[in-house]
Amino acid sequence: MKRSRAFAGSGIALGALAAWVALPPFAVRSPFVPILIAVGAAGAGIVALRAGDRRRGRLAVAAGVFGGSLGILATFSSLEHLDAVLGWSALLAAMLRYATPLLFAAIGGLLSERSGVVNIGLEGMMLTGAFFGILGADKTGSWALGLLIGIVAGGALALLFAFWSIHLRVDQIIGGMAMNFIALGLTGYLFVDIYGDQGTPDIASIPDVHLSFLDPIPFVGDVFGQLNLLTWVALGLVPVIAVVLYRTPVGLRLRAVGEFPRAAETVGIDVFVTRYAAVVASGMLAAAGGAYLSIGFVDSFNQNMTAGRGFIALAALIFGNWRPFGAAGACLLFGFSTALAQRLAVYSQHGGIQIDVLFQALPYVLTLVAVAGVIGRSIPPAAVGTPYRRQ
Amino acid sequence: MTGEDPTILGRYRLLQKAGGLAAPLLTAAMAFLVGGLVIIATTHKAPWGVYRGIFNGAGLNWVLPWISAADRTNAGYNLQQTLLVTTALILTGLAVSFAFRCGLFNIGGQGQYIVGSVFAVWIGSSLAGLQPAAHIVLAVVVATVAGAVWAGIAGLLRATVGAHEVITTIMLNWTAVWVASALLGQGGPLQGKGGADNPISSAVAEGAKLPVIWGDPLLQGLSIGIFFALVALVVYSLVTNRTTLGFGIRAVGKSNEAARYSGIDVARSTVIAMAISGAFAGLAGALDILGWQFRLSVGDVQASQIGFIGIAVALLGRNSAVGVGLAALLFGALVTGTSTRNLDPSVFRPDLASNLTILIQGLVVLFVGADVVVLVVLGRLRRRRA
Repeated sequence: MKRSRAFAGSGIALGALAAWVALPPFAVRSPFVPILIAVGAAGAGIVALRAGDRRRGRLAVAAGVFGGSLGILATFSSLEHLDAVLGWSALLAAMLRYATPLLFAAIGGLLSERSGVVNIGLEGMMLTGAFFGILGADKTGSWALGLLIGIVAGGALALLFAFWSIHLRVDQIIGGMAMNFIALGLTGYLFVDIYGDQGTPDIASIPDVHLSFLDPIPFVGDVFGQLNLLTWVALGLVPVIAVVLYRTPVGLRLRAVGEFPRAAETVGIDVFVTRYAAVVASGMLAAAGGAYLSIGFVDSFNQNMTAGRGFIALAALIFGNWRPFGAAGACLLFGFSTALAQRLAVYSQHGGIQIDVLFQALPYVLTLVAVAGVIGRSIPPAAVGTPYRRQ
Repeated sequence: MTGEDPTILGRYRLLQKAGGLAAPLLTAAMAFLVGGLVIIATTHKAPWGVYRGIFNGAGLNWVLPWISAADRTNAGYNLQQTLLVTTALILTGLAVSFAFRCGLFNIGGQGQYIVGSVFAVWIGSSLAGLQPAAHIVLAVVVATVAGAVWAGIAGLLRATVGAHEVITTIMLNWTAVWVASALLGQGGPLQGKGGADNPISSAVAEGAKLPVIWGDPLLQGLSIGIFFALVALVVYSLVTNRTTLGFGIRAVGKSNEAARYSGIDVARSTVIAMAISGAFAGLAGALDILGWQFRLSVGDVQASQIGFIGIAVALLGRNSAVGVGLAALLFGALVTGTSTRNLDPSVFRPDLASNLTILIQGLVVLFVGADVVVLVVLGRLRRRRA
């Protein structure tokens, strides 16, 4: 057991190394170096798997694939640009920006799934929040009211989903997909109807928090000195939700309803009320993430602008084993890959093909790899996906 | 889906036996009704006029005996396009239906369709001078297999590590979109040689184009692709209901455990079900390319919704061959009737209408999921009549 753990540990380290060597200050230019190291990482992972340490072994294999692909991609980028891309502090700040909407949605999904309702509709609720957030900010002239309106709209859609999945006991996957389509159609329709060809106007966007006392500190100041308000809210939510979930009666009730609703009801917990509250909260959180996208990040709205982020958040949730810190870590990982892809993309042109377009696929491929690599080890709440019938 | 409630299930079965059409029809009617309310609320136009504009834009007025000869010619063009879209929707609908039979929700029809299109345009636009029939068959087969492989990835992940197919197929969709965009875009290997800066492929060779059976080949006439789709409906029905393979797949869909106990290889059924689903969607991509699009652009890849609409087609068609065919016609008419080319802009803005299509599609999925609601409404209607 101890040896397998050592193998798995070195596999994970090698996976990180595979990405590391291709980045400054080493900046190896041949793709074969990261490939070789990544193969080593995967090999060590397989040895660990063989020896029976399935969890760490899989993690090592995933780290090898992850680090290897990042490393290979980095060798494609030209050297002078790598320095510009990979100011580490700027990259980490970008990671936090890209992770913010995922964090909101993943925490929302966590609440819903812990209460026993799969919320595939996160994507649609995000999109709703994004559109109504910017609409509200435009009409009221205030980002705070816009954010509020976005959150309320996402909550309303979630309420409809809750009624469908809890009261009518509709298949949660189908109901959730319905939410996604309705949100896509409705926001697209209203966007064209209200803003037409002009696109959304300039709006009062959610402000950044400038922490001037961090400025003199070299690295920390660059990463944390100038982050969006909602990024801090998202980061703050993670420990709060963790405490609520594991240290309060409310959290205990929520988890009980998600694990064994019949028993929960026997001791006097209202399953329906708990699930309604959790689903509506998940919609509001996802909408906050969407509103961050439209009025905190890009300051405009486009049809289907969430582009699968709701599903990535769902994957992060599973990757994080339905735990707040795990899910948050996965969100940061996905945020990092997106940030790296975006920043590499800006500076790369390799051969004929547009590498920057190809880079857009990276977050989705990595999500696929992550889901495939770790999912067997994660254990969902026992009652997730099954409607509850009162007796 | 409505679950264990004996009374509701009992009534549902009765309803399906007595007149299985009632529930889907009412579902569609309710979706259009809510869509109409949105039209009234936002544009203050009478939804009836808008829907009639879509009806005419789809060329469905072709069947009306009283329209003038000029109108009929025009309606013919429109109807040909509707049937072309119907062809693709039948297949993307089957892509969802087949997986449903195995208890899998294939949301990846869009990606599988794109992969099929890319391979069809690749084979179709290269290998010029090949025997026409052989060229068509080769392009169709390669695209179909490519779709099957793309979906098979999700099936394999489901069968081996238990990754939920909803997440994996969505990720495969986006991967397909961006990889196809890179291949067709500036400097990509599939970008056409002629138009220097356009992110679009070369046209497929003349020999690889599907023969047109109704209308003008230059004006997107109806190709023989529709027969492929109709045959696929029959094959779907036969495979699911009359073969060992189909039985195994349905058994897995009903209960993994029971299927495993009776000796069915659940993992194998899962992979095969996803692969066959993907084959349908890949075929749809091939028929669209060889039948009327002839080229594939980055814009096409990023804007296409055909695979997604297949979800609503399958749900509304209740996974039966006839139902899928009819639902595909409905959505084919909606898509064509709301397109910029076909919808009279004085009636309704086409860019609004295309979003209305997505909304109606969402409402259909919403209401289809809730048989209970439909039944309650039906029951009230009956009581009122009595």
